[in-house]
Amino acid sequence: MKHVDEYRNGRLARAMARAIAAEARPGRVYRLMEFCGGHTHGIHRYGIPGLLPDNVRMIHGPGCPVCVLPMGRIDAAIELANRPEVILCTYADMLRVPGSRRTSLMQARALGADVRMLYSTLDALKIARENPGREVVFFAIGFETTTPPTAMAVKEAQRLGLGNFTVFCNHVLTPPAMRGILAQPGVMIDGFVGPGHVSAVIGRDAYEFAAREYAKPLVISGFEPLDLMHAIRLLIRQLNEGRAEVENEYARVVSDRGNPIALDLMDEVFEQRPSFEWRGLGMIPHSALRLRDEFAAFDAEQRFALAAGPVPDNKACECADILRGLKQPQDCKVFATACTPDNPLGACMVSSEGACAAWYTYGRHRKRRRA
Amino acid sequence: MCLAFPARVLTLQDAAMATVDIGGVRKEISLGLLEGVKAGDYVMVHVGYALSRIDEEEARKTLALFAEMERRFGEDGGA
Ligand code: SF4
Repeated sequence: MKHVDEYRNGRLARAMARAIAAEARPGRVYRLMEFCGGHTHGIHRYGIPGLLPDNVRMIHGPGCPVCVLPMGRIDAAIELANRPEVILCTYADMLRVPGSRRTSLMQARALGADVRMLYSTLDALKIARENPGREVVFFAIGFETTTPPTAMAVKEAQRLGLGNFTVFCNHVLTPPAMRGILAQPGVMIDGFVGPGHVSAVIGRDAYEFAAREYAKPLVISGFEPLDLMHAIRLLIRQLNEGRAEVENEYARVVSDRGNPIALDLMDEVFEQRPSFEWRGLGMIPHSALRLRDEFAAFDAEQRFALAAGPVPDNKACECADILRGLKQPQDCKVFATACTPDNPLGACMVSSEGACAAWYTYGRHRKRRRA
Repeated sequence: MCLAFPARVLTLQDAAMATVDIGGVRKEISLGLLEGVKAGDYVMVHVGYALSRIDEEEARKTLALFAEMERRFGEDGGA
């Protein structure tokens, strides 16, 4: 497949591994956070930790929207799905995620709730048109990648005058979450691998704050193994040279200013919430979106008076420290015993993009390293 | 969640929709987030929308960097 296979060459990956080994200085440790869950998954799937010297350590960030969604909001979605008039639509990733009572949307569906899996937000509008007597709610989650398609659906619903379509909005924002992590006490992160597709929307320039205000280098990377290794090498080089800059390894997809149509659309339909809870990280200011007042008619939180209260996570769960780079999944007492992908207790085990799930699936055979 | 796939645009239905080829699979996607897409272009597709164009020139530059790295650090010779 063009634009994929070229970036998966094993011989080149070994050459890059040698290049990285030649550049990483033995006297120091490089703690690099890949923010995006897609990167976490790719790093483990392609065995990249095994190609890196011991002193180059990948820390898995909170960029998995399924993982960081508070359980109270999953409970609210299940509650909505259980109303007889509601058809709840969402992406496949959300169906298996357990809420606080350990039930998921999939189980709700098995018990009779009308839950439908979406490929595109436009399908939700089609369902709304075909079912004028029902309330179609789109359970929207994701970072800046999935937000423009949600905004598009809202605008289209307005244009069509659809009165039975609403959005339960759980969209979250990448730069404020990075700030939230950098502002936490005790963080040990030397640089970031910046997300690829989020950056296609928000653009390279959106990360200048990391370099300017926090003196952290950031390299935007694609999702293929050679992209990731190249980005890691560029980060090591910046750290060796004492630079903190935003670099773009994924220039074939990411521009400096991002996608202007997508950004305008997001801005027209959504506004920032003053604060939003992240599972594992707590409240982070200005880190999530809600519908603007002009679009209140399409806001499920208003139409159904939803109240998603905070629900505490399992006490044994170490996700908060794992996401800050202080601990690794194997440091958690219940990792791979009480907590597994089939029975997740904490946020990082919920989706295949979470740090604990990636370790469970691809990394358990590897030697234990200290964070 | 933020997975996206490179796709080649086959035909434009109208300004808003296109048929694309994603690794041999045909799909209908929305072009509502991009302007001026033509048949033959490569785009990144995410949840049914073309999210950005793939810039062939930038792809060539990245691959040239990789080739250079292989010359220097490859299995036969180099550092
Ligand atoms: S193994 Fe489970 S409980 Fe432990 S930190 Fe990971 S997600 Fe949390």
